[in-house]
Amino acid sequence: MAAEVEETLKRIQGHRGVTGTIVVNSEGIPIKTTLDNSTTVQYASLIHSLTAKARSTVRDIDPSNDLKFLRIRSRKNEIMCAPDKEFLLIVIQQDDQS
Amino acid sequence: MSDADKKEVSSEGAKEETEKIKEDKKDDNKEAAQTEEKEKDSSEAEKNANSNAEEEPTDVKKPEKKASKVKNKPGKKESKVLKDEPAEAIGEAPEEANPEALPENVFPLFMTSKTQEIYNCKCDEDVTEENPFKFIPKSDILEDMKMRAAVCDFHPFKQQILDYPGEDVLIVYDFEFKHGQNFIVALTEEAKELLLKVSETEEGEAGEEGEEEEEDDTVYMYIPPEPKDWVSLGSEKEIDESTVKETRRKLKVSVKRIRRDFGAPTAFADRNVADVKDGAVDCTSYDDNNFDIKRIELDKAVQAISEQVTEGTQTDWKYPRNANTQTYPREYTEDEQAALISTKECSDFVNEVAFDFHQALQQNEIMNVFYVDWVHLGDGDDAFGSKADNHLKEYQSFTDLQFSKDKMITCIQWHRTIKGVVATSVAEKLSFDQRIDHAAKVIMTPSLILIWSFADPIHPQLILEAPDDIFSFAFNPTDPNHIVGGCLNGQIVMWDIAAHADRLKQQRGSNRNKKRTVLINKMGVPQENASLQCTQLLSCATDHCVMLWDTKASKMHTTAMYDDKKKAQQPSGVPDTFKHLDLIWKPILRVTLSKSEPGGDHAPTKFSIQERQGDRSALSSGTENRENDVTQTMQGGFHKPSSGKERTLQGVKTYVYVGTEDGEIVYADWMPQKDQDTGKIQTPKPAYYHVTHDGPVVSMQRSPFFKDILLSVGGWTLALWKEGVSSGPILESSACHVKLSCAAWSPTRPGVFFVAKVDGSVDVWDLLDKTHEPALSQSVSPTAIMQIYPFQVTQKQQLIAVGDIAGTLHILEIPWSLRQATPNETTSVANYIEREVKRRAFVVERWNFREKEKRELEADTKRKAGGMAAAMAPPTEEEKELRLRQEYEAYLNEEHNFLRELGIVQDEEIPLPAA
Repeated sequence: MAAEVEETLKRIQGHRGVTGTIVVNSEGIPIKTTLDNSTTVQYASLIHSLTAKARSTVRDIDPSNDLKFLRIRSRKNEIMCAPDKEFLLIVIQQDDQS
Repeated sequence: MSDADKKEVSSEGAKEETEKIKEDKKDDNKEAAQTEEKEKDSSEAEKNANSNAEEEPTDVKKPEKKASKVKNKPGKKESKVLKDEPAEAIGEAPEEANPEALPENVFPLFMTSKTQEIYNCKCDEDVTEENPFKFIPKSDILEDMKMRAAVCDFHPFKQQILDYPGEDVLIVYDFEFKHGQNFIVALTEEAKELLLKVSETEEGEAGEEGEEEEEDDTVYMYIPPEPKDWVSLGSEKEIDESTVKETRRKLKVSVKRIRRDFGAPTAFADRNVADVKDGAVDCTSYDDNNFDIKRIELDKAVQAISEQVTEGTQTDWKYPRNANTQTYPREYTEDEQAALISTKECSDFVNEVAFDFHQALQQNEIMNVFYVDWVHLGDGDDAFGSKADNHLKEYQSFTDLQFSKDKMITCIQWHRTIKGVVATSVAEKLSFDQRIDHAAKVIMTPSLILIWSFADPIHPQLILEAPDDIFSFAFNPTDPNHIVGGCLNGQIVMWDIAAHADRLKQQRGSNRNKKRTVLINKMGVPQENASLQCTQLLSCATDHCVMLWDTKASKMHTTAMYDDKKKAQQPSGVPDTFKHLDLIWKPILRVTLSKSEPGGDHAPTKFSIQERQGDRSALSSGTENRENDVTQTMQGGFHKPSSGKERTLQGVKTYVYVGTEDGEIVYADWMPQKDQDTGKIQTPKPAYYHVTHDGPVVSMQRSPFFKDILLSVGGWTLALWKEGVSSGPILESSACHVKLSCAAWSPTRPGVFFVAKVDGSVDVWDLLDKTHEPALSQSVSPTAIMQIYPFQVTQKQQLIAVGDIAGTLHILEIPWSLRQATPNETTSVANYIEREVKRRAFVVERWNFREKEKRELEADTKRKAGGMAAAMAPPTEEEKELRLRQEYEAYLNEEHNFLRELGIVQDEEIPLPAA
């Protein structure tokens, strides 16, 4: 199980420009990460609250709907996150053509 | 009879008479007073003669006269009154107190009309009120008396007239009959005089009064008041009433009591109110009818309100206390994390979302969403002409027939900020010996810097004069109004064209506003490099020195301050510009380039330093910023030797590359350090030097892209250097068939540089294309080119200025292909440099190896030679063995070499490539 997870995460990490992946649980506590601790904690808490807000927004508009994927594109990099009932996966990718 | 009557009459009517007389006297005789005085003496006799009858009145008159004499000033009426009183007061004893009495010997006389006719003193005709005086000759009177005897009026005075001493008798017309008759006669001289005097005084009074009335500007005589006796007017009584006086003697009262009674106890007793009458007095109230108030109905209202209370409260702040909180995130331990990861939910989740992630990541990879097309829209289309067009196009050329003909261009500089302005310096093209021969002529011709503008190719916009031929000059990078130039005779001069920068239309601008020169010791061809923020410049000269100058005003300068912030003042006259020269500009720092080996010092011709104004990279390497202008000038770097105020920056390279006259490249540290031997602070000897070129170094240029890459050109070759690599140049070109005169890097392409040759052609070298020969060669000018300088003039235009020995400045346009950097050119060139550096390092290694080999060989041969000599002695075991080994090794080497020469053996070494 763990190996499978590891492998999948490794494949994601292997993409060009990916600087880090973080797995966060439902409370916002990081479980697995490839970045250093302080950055991980910061990302985890911020993204966690933002994801919750995004999800509530989507469900407010249409209660039968749900948030599936969130992409935040900034000038320097892109943050992708996929929320779940219990977990949250965050991937940060650098823009290599800037 | 007549006397008594006259007396009475006189006494009765004396007052009237006197009044009359006075009035008469006053009124008339303003004119006659003086004449009367003259005739006084003559008529006195007659008066005396007539004076008998009227003695008494005259007596009375006298005091009047006297009184009137005394009192001159007061008015008419007053005078009458006053005269009366003093007349009384004075009162002569014999005379009666008769104020109006006639003076002595003056008698009233009645003259009939007949008589009046005879003597011509008719009333109101000859004699008037105003003019009462008449003098009658005595002889006439006597004759008349004889004629008419008793009928004559003068008969009663016959005797007196006969006795009259004078000639004329005075008759005074008495208009008012003051004295009883219509005339009065003065019978003696004295009486006459008196009468005259009275009249005088009276008339004098009148005259005076009249005069006073007429003339206001008479002189007032100040008569000081005379003390008079005090006259009481009743004020003492009031004072007496006010003062307090004792009216009676004071009374004395004495009260006595027995001493025993003082302070003795006393017994008080009660007393009833009723005991004594009036022991108590009641004041009972009673209805006073005077103050009766009627009661009437009144309206009253009552309202209930809530009570309001204002209160305040304040908290006490005992003492301040710092408080803070800190949060820390919740974390799982490693075990917990591992456990969570391995749950089924987690793996399911990850598998689920992995697909989305992959999709997103691939999207990013395929296309850059943030690429702005608009900005890069016209990148490929802005070439003038076709893209295949490769050579430099002639754009414009500048020649000045007057100034630059037959002169060589020694230096070209583009104006940093003003587009289309280029400056060149021109000099005579004579060698040193020729210069000496033609020294006289050379001095006369002016040495100039011409500033051209593209607007006018025939006339230069500004001409700057210099004391001698300028061989190198530069614009101040931060303040293009300042130009520094170096002369052939070793002087450095500075111009400030701030005032004329906007007058670029002028034919011959003023030469300069402020100039300072300084004499360098020996003759040199200095090259200025005003590389710092307005204040410092470096120069090098063939007197083996590189000097550092400070253009900021110091207290030594006696002329007006040259302040970078302010504009310099303009001198009044243009020709006397040399007046401002003062020779007290001293270099801050002097770097002597001395060779470590004997053979003289280096004579620098060109130099280049790493630090350039505007580059702050040194600052970021761990040192603080600083506000000090001076240190910031050299990018916050150069440490002034004398002052220790400014701290040095650690990350600053303090080395300077210098190209010398002998073709050497010298790498020296300009920072003065403590010399080990002498203990003084001076610049150390150069770190290393390299003989590279066959001729004097003509150009040393740093690459605008790589701070540590230098291009040096000298003689027939050019070389590329990297700072830090001290073994040799990275790239060295083979010798060209013509001498090289100048080189410059392209400002936009990192791998391209231009080299100019003395046959008038320009070579374009492209490091990424070919490194053994130029990529492009183009002939630009028929004569030798002296200087080239490319510059990005506008966004789309890059021009290169080429100056030749004939004095013409050609401006060429660089084609697009040479202008536009190829993609990743910077990295490619950097890679190339890296490779070359590595090669260089390898070369060094190999060289060392070779050296070692060589040394060993020599040692062997020596030993062998030595061994022969020692072969006489029987060799020991070890010696034998040693010798055997050496022989064997020598054999191996020979074999190796032999095989290598044959080319059979492949060595790991790569033969040294030809550059």
